[in-house]
Amino acid sequence: MNRSRDDDDLAALRTGDRVATERFVREHAAWMLAVARRILRDHGHAEDAVQNAFAAVFKNLEKFDGRSALRTWMHRIVVNEALMLLRKSRRGRETPIDDLLPDFDDAGCRIEDRWTTVETPESLLQQTQTRARISELIDQLPDNYRIVLMLRDIEELSTAEVAELLDMSETNVKVRLHRARAALKKLLEPLIRGQAL
Amino acid sequence: MTVPKKTLMRRLHGAMFKLPLMITCEALEDFILAYLEDDLPRKQRLVFEMHLKVCRECRDYLRAYRAAMDLAKQGLEAESQVLPEEVPQDLIDAVVAARDA
Repeated sequence: MNRSRDDDDLAALRTGDRVATERFVREHAAWMLAVARRILRDHGHAEDAVQNAFAAVFKNLEKFDGRSALRTWMHRIVVNEALMLLRKSRRGRETPIDDLLPDFDDAGCRIEDRWTTVETPESLLQQTQTRARISELIDQLPDNYRIVLMLRDIEELSTAEVAELLDMSETNVKVRLHRARAALKKLLEPLIRGQAL
Repeated sequence: MTVPKKTLMRRLHGAMFKLPLMITCEALEDFILAYLEDDLPRKQRLVFEMHLKVCRECRDYLRAYRAAMDLAKQGLEAESQVLPEEVPQDLIDAVVAARDA
């Protein structure tokens, strides 16, 4: 979306016009719902997050300074609202991930079965059931790792942004991200090896 | 997980990784993220790449690690394509009503 389109949307919204508001909500609700669903894994909670996010957008319209695109600003807001709901529902739960991390022998050598072929995403994603299976497997990651992976690799936030949102150091974000990816590799391995699950 | 036997190749690897400028697979693990983000200083990058040259297990591991990242990203994006018509009308109504209130 370009800046002049953003300016038009903002001008219409600031008048408080109901038709403009509804058009704006219809235009953005779908992608915001997708973001919230990825974080919360629950349709009802995702709708709550989107509703809260729109309320925050409307409330802060005057503060939007245009330094980023409107959609980028709204993306941060819906991510933040989804994280707040997630924290409320899963307060304090931290699950270890050790069973999904790589294995080494006592000399520090990696234990890894030989990979002869690696299936490409393009070939795997042609099947609808594979797409659903990927979601299910990612959902097996403990939330304290899954969220870092989601924010960095899927929502494409920077390490600094993730650190700020999750109130963690950047070093911790990096450690968690690598562990989450390593665990993800183990979870997705049967698919990537072309084996039935 | 099945623990592999101490084959001659594994013993050689174990010994080789103790040489100067060589690191073990376990030590390499700590540098993967920085390597993929092109964030390793030149010397560390050289050490990382030297290890990959001699270690089939780490080359395979890194290939699968990258493939998993790509698959997760593309898979989730495909799975969560929410069409505008799938947005519940009552959600839209609630958002608009809340603004009017």
